[in-house]
Amino acid sequence: MKPRLAEETTSGGRVGDRVRRPDAVQKVRGDFPYSSDLQVDGMLWGATVRSPHPYARIESIDTKAAKAAPGVKAVLTFEDVAGENAYGLEIADQPVLASDVVRYWGEAVALVAAEHPEQARRAADKVKVEYAVLKPVTDPEQALLPKAPKLHPGGNVTRHIKIRHGDQNATAEVVVTGDYEIGMQDQAPLGPESGLAIPDGEGGVDLYIATQWLHIDQKQLAHVLGLEPHEVRLTMAGIGGAFGAREDLSMQAHACMLALKTGRPVKISYSRPESFVGHVHRHPGKLHYEHGATKDGKLVYVKARIVLDGGAYASSSTAVIANASCFAVGPYQCPNATIDGIVAYTNNPPCGAMRGFGSVQNCYAHEAQMDKLAAALTMDPVALRRHNSLETGSALITGQVIDGPVPVAELLRLVHERPLPAPAAKNADLTAMPGGVSNTTHGESVKRGIGYAAGFKNIGYSEGFNDFSTARVRLSVVDGKPRVEVHTAGAEVGQGLVTIQAQIAGTELGVRDVMVLTADTEVGSAGSSSASRQTYITGGAVKAACEAVRERVVALAQSELKSGEGLRLEDENIVGADGNVLVALATLLGEEVIDELRVFRPRKTSPLDPDTGQANAHMQFAFAAHRAVVDVDTELGLVKVVELATAQDVGKAINPQAVEGQLEGGAAQGLGLAVMEEIQVQDGVIKNPSFTDYLLPTILDMPPVRMDILELGDPNSPYGLKGVGEPPTISSGPAILAAIRAATGRPVTRVPVRPHDLVL
Amino acid sequence: MNVSCTVNGRAQVAEGVWEGESLLYMLREHLGLYGSKNACEQGECGSCSVYLGGTLVCACLVLAGQAQGKEIITVEGLARGHGLHAVQDAFVEAGAVQCGFCTPGLVVATHDLLQRIPSPSDAQIREALAGNICRCTGYAKIIDAVNLAAGRSRS
Ligand code: FES
Ligand code: FES
Repeated sequence: MKPRLAEETTSGGRVGDRVRRPDAVQKVRGDFPYSSDLQVDGMLWGATVRSPHPYARIESIDTKAAKAAPGVKAVLTFEDVAGENAYGLEIADQPVLASDVVRYWGEAVALVAAEHPEQARRAADKVKVEYAVLKPVTDPEQALLPKAPKLHPGGNVTRHIKIRHGDQNATAEVVVTGDYEIGMQDQAPLGPESGLAIPDGEGGVDLYIATQWLHIDQKQLAHVLGLEPHEVRLTMAGIGGAFGAREDLSMQAHACMLALKTGRPVKISYSRPESFVGHVHRHPGKLHYEHGATKDGKLVYVKARIVLDGGAYASSSTAVIANASCFAVGPYQCPNATIDGIVAYTNNPPCGAMRGFGSVQNCYAHEAQMDKLAAALTMDPVALRRHNSLETGSALITGQVIDGPVPVAELLRLVHERPLPAPAAKNADLTAMPGGVSNTTHGESVKRGIGYAAGFKNIGYSEGFNDFSTARVRLSVVDGKPRVEVHTAGAEVGQGLVTIQAQIAGTELGVRDVMVLTADTEVGSAGSSSASRQTYITGGAVKAACEAVRERVVALAQSELKSGEGLRLEDENIVGADGNVLVALATLLGEEVIDELRVFRPRKTSPLDPDTGQANAHMQFAFAAHRAVVDVDTELGLVKVVELATAQDVGKAINPQAVEGQLEGGAAQGLGLAVMEEIQVQDGVIKNPSFTDYLLPTILDMPPVRMDILELGDPNSPYGLKGVGEPPTISSGPAILAAIRAATGRPVTRVPVRPHDLVL
Repeated sequence: MNVSCTVNGRAQVAEGVWEGESLLYMLREHLGLYGSKNACEQGECGSCSVYLGGTLVCACLVLAGQAQGKEIITVEGLARGHGLHAVQDAFVEAGAVQCGFCTPGLVVATHDLLQRIPSPSDAQIREALAGNICRCTGYAKIIDAVNLAAGRSRS
């Protein structure tokens, strides 16, 4: 039994072409099966009982009434967890179902499977859980105090990164300090957490799932289900966006447990409110910064204390705080740095990966500081940034010397020199005004501001993490024509990996008909679709496997044609040294199938020194700069972002259309955090878990994004490419903040900016 | 209860519909039409946009019973045969599709817009699509797609 999955379509195109996505046809027809669309005969629906308290001891769980409810086939609690009741990406600190304590509002406590989803939900309401409510720890600074209750056995410090670079007692002629605060952002992928688990009748289970990393799910699932990895097989279903929200387990273990218990397929699909507690969020944080510079505007030192709220469980907090600390100064040269980055456990919703991953929070702070410093020096803010920009051969505050193109000053120049949009027109359309069609102004009290920001982050895994991806490439003849099949476990989350894999195979093998197979755990791990790494790492694996296939084709041609050197595979033919076609590839292959599997590893990284944070901890870096133009209604505190301009070095644009889509979409998420998106948490409780109350940028909020895409070529990477997905989300928001400060003359140190921050 | 209606030109009876079910649930789970998406089920994102009696609605906000005797057109019913409707083709070509979860709703909403206003201005496009959230694209290529589709249906 198998649900219907997306078609494995073929596509052509070479590296560098603007390629139509092969999966877009099914998507525009409404025919692309997402994980929430999966169904098979005899399927049950699962529902989750969740904690109504941010912190409480569980006294008892009574499932009798739920079990007797109509349509119910199973009710499960922690007692039904067959393996170890603990999982997590970095630290296994989170229970599949809470046993003795709940540590956040919405934590999973029990599960129900029933014939109809409404029966499952109603039965879930009948599970009686008695709690002894405890006082939640909801402020990370409080959590760090010695008297705070320990939320986990090791205490409340999830990780403390210390960076001690250069002279720790350096002094400077000009000093500026600032405190900044970042709200909690949600990834809000449109597709809900969902999947379908089908028991195999022999104690194992097949899971059809939307996830960013099949193999890390498989590993964690085997552990909590008490099964061997080969007994938990995962197949990718259609993914409705991810942005970090699908790195951790959500409903995976729950659906598998219910399927194994009932012996029937079980689907779980979260509602939007449940999704808000079903995945981790971007860490909120408080950042204290001190910048010292010479009178002529050279950075002398930066001191920072960055405290992120990790919430109840670790998720990827340990890696997020490393990024927030390593890139704390931004893309600038700074000889001396003292950085303390701390992420703490609290009873707030767990936080983890979101696009930008630690580099978003610090960018708001270091860019505000650069503007402050420029003001103190009476220097132009762009000139100050360019004066201090990282260059090829510069040392980071972690001591790592960056090689390859580092065009920070050039990116800033490009956004700076781009012509500005026209001033706000008198009698402009209301949608162009702050407040929009609410008709709150016709231009009176509206002030325009312009702001700049630059940012950077690491591409791929860091700190010695074993980064690799696996690809299998198979060349055969189908209907008289050569066909290439590419099989990886890489997650197509919407970014266009499916297109890129086909382009790379098409380029390396010169074959027009390339089919990308469904990702699953039958092939080796691809690592996650995160850290902007898949084009590089899985792309690298596909390239390596294609090269191996090509070598075998050439060897076959040499033996068949009894020919010596100089044979090439070109445009579906074997070509001799003189460029003449010797034989068609299809003819040469005949019945033969050439099948190669390769693992690709980028260059190695090293762990951070625990006392000084010095190391070659990162594999590649990507840079972007933004300019924002905003109009602010200074009486009502309403903001209209008029235009964003960006410049980014992508190394090599494998699919320029997809690159533009990343720059535009990433900027929209940056704009969201800057001016509207915040999960409001009060005493540990989320107050706005819906799209009615959690505001996302609409088409009325998004301005045009003007782009300069540089292709400077990284000498170390396949085709010279750089990861693309995250930089657009890093400096876009800080540029908007700078523009709002310019328009209002107010310090504005907190995001998202609220109307009362601008008028009271 | 049973709900009889015409969906994409075909008479259909959805059997055993529970009174509390939405039109969206009925289309997806009773009639197997999963093209209309369930991103918020609160009328905020437009992913479930369909025509009900010729009017664009969020299927998640309509009770299944309200569809009795009505004509419904979903994203699956826009194209004739195996090809794509001009709006669908424009979305593919303009790169307006990333994860695609918003796409069915946007395709239906754009179809509705271009029926009403064949050559919409930028402001008219933005106003018409303001109820459709896309988390991936930042909307620029969606606007390109609408203009592309509008241009093609003019010529
Ligand atoms: S699912 Fe109907 S509007 Fe969002
Ligand atoms: S393409 Fe993913 S939500 Fe629009």
